[in-house]
Amino acid sequence: MSDLKDKILKIYPAAQFEDGQDLLFSVEEKDWLKVATLLKNDLGFDVLTAVVGMDWKENRGVIYYLTATARNWEMVSVKVLAAKSGDDEYIHSVTSLWKVANFQEREVYDMFGIKFVGHPDMRRFFLRNDWVGHPLRKDYDANPALNPIRLEEETNEDDTRTYEVDADGKLVEKPGKLFEKNEYVVNIGPQHPSTHGVMRFRASIDGETVKKVDVVSGYIHRGIEKLSEGLGYPQLLHFTDRMDYMSAHQNRHCLCMCIEKALGLEVPRRAQVIRTMMDELMRISSHLLSFGCTAMDLGATTAFFYGFREREQVLDIFEKTCGARMSMNYNVIGGVIADLHPDFVKDVKALLSIMPERLKEYHKVFSGNLIAKNRLVGVGMLKKEDAINYAITGPSGRGSNWSCDCRKKHPYAVYDEVQFDEVLLDGCDSYSRYMVRMKEIEQSCRILEQLVDRIPEGDIRAQVPKIIKLPAGRWYQQVEASRGTFGVYIESVGEKTPFRVHFQSPCFNLVGVMDLCCSGYMIADLITIGAALDFVIPDIDR
Amino acid sequence: MFDFGTWTSAFNDWLLGLVGNTEWLAVLIECVIIGVLVLLTYTVLALFYILYERKLCAWFQCRLGPMRVGKWGLLQVFADMFKILIKELICLKGTDRFLFKLAPYIIITSSVVMLACLPWGNGLQIIDWNIGIFFILAVSSVGVLGILLAGWSSNNKYTLIGAMRSGAQMISYEISLGLSLMTIVILSGTMSVSELVAQQEDAWFIFKGHIPAIIAFIIYVITATAETNRGPFDLPEAEHELTAGYHTEYSGIHFGFFYLAEYLNLFIVSGIASLMFLGGWMPLHIPGWEGFNAVMNWIPSIVWFLLKAFFVSFVIIWFKWTFPRVRIDQMLSFEWKYLMPFSLANLVLMTLFVAYGWHF
Amino acid sequence: MGMKEGKIKSMSREDFKNNDYIDKLVEELNATGANVMVGKFDELINWGVSNSLWPLCFGTSCCAIEFMSLGAARYDMARFGFEVARNSPRQADYVMVQGTIVHRMAPVMRRLYEQLAEPKYVIACGGCAVSGGPFKNSYCVVPGVDQILPVDVYIPGCPPRPEAMFYGLMQLQRKIKVQKFFGGVNRKEKIEEFFAEHPEERGQIG
Repeated sequence: MSDLKDKILKIYPAAQFEDGQDLLFSVEEKDWLKVATLLKNDLGFDVLTAVVGMDWKENRGVIYYLTATARNWEMVSVKVLAAKSGDDEYIHSVTSLWKVANFQEREVYDMFGIKFVGHPDMRRFFLRNDWVGHPLRKDYDANPALNPIRLEEETNEDDTRTYEVDADGKLVEKPGKLFEKNEYVVNIGPQHPSTHGVMRFRASIDGETVKKVDVVSGYIHRGIEKLSEGLGYPQLLHFTDRMDYMSAHQNRHCLCMCIEKALGLEVPRRAQVIRTMMDELMRISSHLLSFGCTAMDLGATTAFFYGFREREQVLDIFEKTCGARMSMNYNVIGGVIADLHPDFVKDVKALLSIMPERLKEYHKVFSGNLIAKNRLVGVGMLKKEDAINYAITGPSGRGSNWSCDCRKKHPYAVYDEVQFDEVLLDGCDSYSRYMVRMKEIEQSCRILEQLVDRIPEGDIRAQVPKIIKLPAGRWYQQVEASRGTFGVYIESVGEKTPFRVHFQSPCFNLVGVMDLCCSGYMIADLITIGAALDFVIPDIDR
Repeated sequence: MFDFGTWTSAFNDWLLGLVGNTEWLAVLIECVIIGVLVLLTYTVLALFYILYERKLCAWFQCRLGPMRVGKWGLLQVFADMFKILIKELICLKGTDRFLFKLAPYIIITSSVVMLACLPWGNGLQIIDWNIGIFFILAVSSVGVLGILLAGWSSNNKYTLIGAMRSGAQMISYEISLGLSLMTIVILSGTMSVSELVAQQEDAWFIFKGHIPAIIAFIIYVITATAETNRGPFDLPEAEHELTAGYHTEYSGIHFGFFYLAEYLNLFIVSGIASLMFLGGWMPLHIPGWEGFNAVMNWIPSIVWFLLKAFFVSFVIIWFKWTFPRVRIDQMLSFEWKYLMPFSLANLVLMTLFVAYGWHF
Repeated sequence: MGMKEGKIKSMSREDFKNNDYIDKLVEELNATGANVMVGKFDELINWGVSNSLWPLCFGTSCCAIEFMSLGAARYDMARFGFEVARNSPRQADYVMVQGTIVHRMAPVMRRLYEQLAEPKYVIACGGCAVSGGPFKNSYCVVPGVDQILPVDVYIPGCPPRPEAMFYGLMQLQRKIKVQKFFGGVNRKEKIEEFFAEHPEERGQIG
């Protein structure tokens, strides 16, 4: 770490390092764009992992988490305080360096009102465009009279704006246009069968060819991050199950790990193994659903039912141990809430014994079909550089041949003790993304096979204090969820409730490439690409 | 083989006697009766087909399908019918109201007319012209007009895309459809429906014309699937892309018409397949096996016709529930690059077969 | 005319929990009166409507996945004739609100409801749709979909199990079976009401 410190000091001598588990240094706003360029180009921090907007009451700013893929996935975080210009606060945008910052910065603008200079499209992201205030600010006025439930339709915002800083340090607004007047814009969503929830795309089309896609998000933005600030640590666990409900276990695992890291808790080995197995079962169930939905979106309805047949079997395992089919609420701080059901081992073995056959059947029913191949192969190309730049992790990133598996890069739980392959395919298209998922089911089965007979005896939960108070500080934890790297950021000031919680969800980044992937393809491909990227909307909106 | 013609002519004679030999009155009454019968058959068949498909797809998907309404869910379709009849009809502001309301009727009319041309059984046929097949092909093209009108008049972007897709699809696939039927016309040398059936007494055309007839049959089944807008060619509806395609804005019985016509068209294309390739109402006859043929003749002709049609429909339904949907460009290139050249070559092949007498 | 009770095949009256609600509804209907002929006709129509409830594909979050399970082979809602999920609101009979409705979604939801053709029903499925659920205190969550739509049946759970959804759907069937189609849900009156408010629209729609 000190090695990295020296390097950072070399490119930016004014860097001020702060104590904490992660390497964090502050950068002056006026130097930020320059430092960011150097960090990316000279020090190889090519992935912008997380953008966390912050309100420290006296000032506001952003914490950026950067990852260097070439250097063993080393992480560094940078704190930038917003500069002030009259009533406006601004930070220079890094969209030109990391494309993923596009939506991330729009989210920060939406939640904190920090304007990003040079950002091409500074509109609100989650909230209605006539929303009053910025909810994640500490001084946000939650009076319902200010923001009542409006039943009048929201206007389509075709005007974008870009902010520039002029010579006097004033913020100047420059208008832009999203769609020209003569463009044929098709509105897909929010209620549409293939957006897998309430996502809305506005696609400008030419005949059947998509020219541009504008993502309108926030139709299920529930304000989880704000709600978390008012709840105690054990209370906020249940939110993670309801964000990406198809990675409920992994997300909750991540949040628990982050809190455990802050508390310095040692989780019993039995709990670690159980958590790993549950994560992998969840991954199987998620990929099965993804298979079913891809097939259904492409019109092969029968394959959907085949995928669901096995998924029910996984859900049975969950139900016996956790007591619910979905939203299991199983992981708790320090371990898991209940011991395994006596049938667990038997059920998992039964599942493992049928899965290889069933995977062959899926291939026969759906992906072996010529029509399905024609629909998937070569559709929605996402080159490796783009995947890194847009921080597309998970099966979608690995379908672009980017080795980004968090289980390999930062092993947690018992992933360093089990043998499994990171599935990488170099097709860069929808078919590769789909195939990665299918092959990951095999790998998940392999992990389960190794663990199912080796569940150690012992406690399922560590001793945790009755009232959980985190020491002052900030922590960031990542896990590999079903759809990519899921990150949790917690900042505490030493109270019973967190000062700030941020969830860095993989689907948020996935939806960011829709424009890139869909442009030049057909409307039917937009559906295919969406299905193969497999985003879960509540995970995007949170 | 029982000839239904004896019944119909007896009825005609009786009616003539009743109205005092005024021929025009008798014909008028017969027309009305037949019209009512056709509409009745239409409804019953459509309802049967809805249940048939729902049960079949449930079977493909390891499910049970409708079970609770009536015994084995037999009354399910009637419940649907009552529901759809009382549903509100919505006609929106900004739509072309005349065309919007006309479109479902165009579709349903074209399929009723086609239904009337089918040979239901020995002597059970309403219209029998010497250009029967030609007429069926012509009427089938009218249906696409209804779809285009529905898509255009709804004033909705989805319906418009659906309608345009449908126009492109139907016009292209009609060519191969026509060519594959022409292959059989060359083999038989007639376009008259009754003549076609009569010629298949010794053997069905699919056996008679061997290779070219089998190729034509395969091409016909593919193009018929496309003509009826069913998966994998259900692009005009494309549920997961265009919500409900060209009939997105239709509700109530207007939507019911589209829904019924879809199923009826399925029956009609299956009926034409059975007429052209599988012998129509003609029982399975194998030359030389007199005993076998006699047993086959015991089964009424109408049963033969329906069973053959249901079989072809089964295959088409099987397609729909198994295959993913093709994309518009793939669909068009499939037709223009593969199917059409293939059917042209097949037509030439059949001509050679007929010219040199290689067929049976 | 006898007491209607909304019978469900192979389910006895005691199997349902909120019979008093149905009884009250029937009483109310009987008080307004219906002659026998129309009553019988009503029954036929209600039998049709209640057995052919086509859902609108609409889900915002976790409940939608359970709804997919409901359609899948193990639970198979096709048995009841509910399987023809329509994507166009014009052709659907009921909307099952599955998941949280937030401020941005509220006008869209309302519009979807208005696009449904009569007779139409709303089921609030899951804690979020019933009351806002775990997100009730959030700044942008509608605390219960009944704030913006008239709800017929509430199905609690987070998410409700498919069995619970069946129970809710059967309750909706019972409710439909006792309702009056003629006179009760009269679209004409509503249209006249609308025209009274917007006279300029007369002749433009309908």
